[in-house]
Amino acid sequence: MSDHHHHHDDHSELSETELRVRALETILTEKGYVEPAALDAIIQAYETKIGPHNGARVVAKAWSDPAFKAALLEDGSKAIGTLGHVSRVGDHLVVIENTPQRHNMVVCTLCSCYPWEMLGLPPVWYKAAPYRSRAVKDPRGVLADFGVTVPKDTEIRVWDSTAETRFLVLPMRPEGTEGWSEEQLAGLVTRDSMIGTGFPKKPGAPS
Amino acid sequence: MNGVHDMGGMDGFGKVEPEPKEPTFHADWEARVLAMVRAMGAAGAFNIDTSRFYRETLPPHVYLSSSYYQKWFLGLEEMLLAKGYIAKDDVAAGHAVQPAKPLKHGKLNVEDVERTMVRGKFARPAPAPAKFKIGDRVRARNIHPATHTRLPRYVRGHVGVVELNHGCHVFPDSAAMELGENPQWLYTVVFEGRELWGADGDPTSKISIDAFEPYLDPA
Repeated sequence: MSDHHHHHDDHSELSETELRVRALETILTEKGYVEPAALDAIIQAYETKIGPHNGARVVAKAWSDPAFKAALLEDGSKAIGTLGHVSRVGDHLVVIENTPQRHNMVVCTLCSCYPWEMLGLPPVWYKAAPYRSRAVKDPRGVLADFGVTVPKDTEIRVWDSTAETRFLVLPMRPEGTEGWSEEQLAGLVTRDSMIGTGFPKKPGAPS
Repeated sequence: MNGVHDMGGMDGFGKVEPEPKEPTFHADWEARVLAMVRAMGAAGAFNIDTSRFYRETLPPHVYLSSSYYQKWFLGLEEMLLAKGYIAKDDVAAGHAVQPAKPLKHGKLNVEDVERTMVRGKFARPAPAPAKFKIGDRVRARNIHPATHTRLPRYVRGHVGVVELNHGCHVFPDSAAMELGENPQWLYTVVFEGRELWGADGDPTSKISIDAFEPYLDPA
């Protein structure tokens, strides 16, 4: 068994799943299919590099730079590719803009499709049955579960991610942020505001 | 397939429960499962559509009672058994007892990990002109393949409007079954809430799917 397993050994009881996962990794490693160090590197990337801070920077840039915003809405992948710090985004990212007339939210009813590079790995609720089943039929009810209310005359648009396109919501810039730097603005952008199940933080709100 | 994974519009699953300050993984084994799936996919043991199909074909009671990464693990193990990368003897022993099978792209090495963290490209050259243009009214076909499809049940038979054309993409229905990429035009098609759910729908809602051309007829 490889080194990375040793820190589990102080657990007196291991779940059946944990034992089976370990066994499979042992088999795959012994067969020469996987390299445990590569698995460690994958995990480390998801835990440290990939997360909603990437999406927040894109949103803050779009709020600050009208030309970038226009390019982003035209071709999300291409526009993000021009930003050095968050350039490693895959193809087919579609950025959808919230307006006073339309609120967008994203779901994957069939599995868990989600813009990983922009938002990190999806939260459990995004992958679970309550959200996947109800978002397309009762979106306002789902938003209520998040404590979110959208005005009655605003259209709710639900994007079901059924292919390899990925969707990122561009939320509306909060009022009272005139003159803010991109870095300050990025601090207001929440993960849920880029899925469409939340709003950005308001200036002065506790983080 | 008309499986329990096709959840859009089902009732009875309860409220959405966001978890404050949710960790990236809830247990170390979840991270190992994610990494094994990524590494074996990068090595060419399977494509993304095949891996989805193996999760969908878990027995319904298993699918519904397993956590997300449990489904990933069970689907991965089933798929590797079915494709001959591992054998039941290996699993029973908890070690490799049968010989290895060559991997299409070879083992993923640590120096290649960063490259694989960017999503693959699914766009392909168009084999034929697009049948639909933006603004066209289309009806989602009433099809019920027992194999993998990305046409959710809740839109079948309903009329929507083509809103975006994403170009030609790998067709999951073919790729999942390892029948080739069979590229097809891909459109965002938007439906009125009342069209999908009748009087029970929210009249202020619109719902879109990304639909491959073989899922659609003119309306």
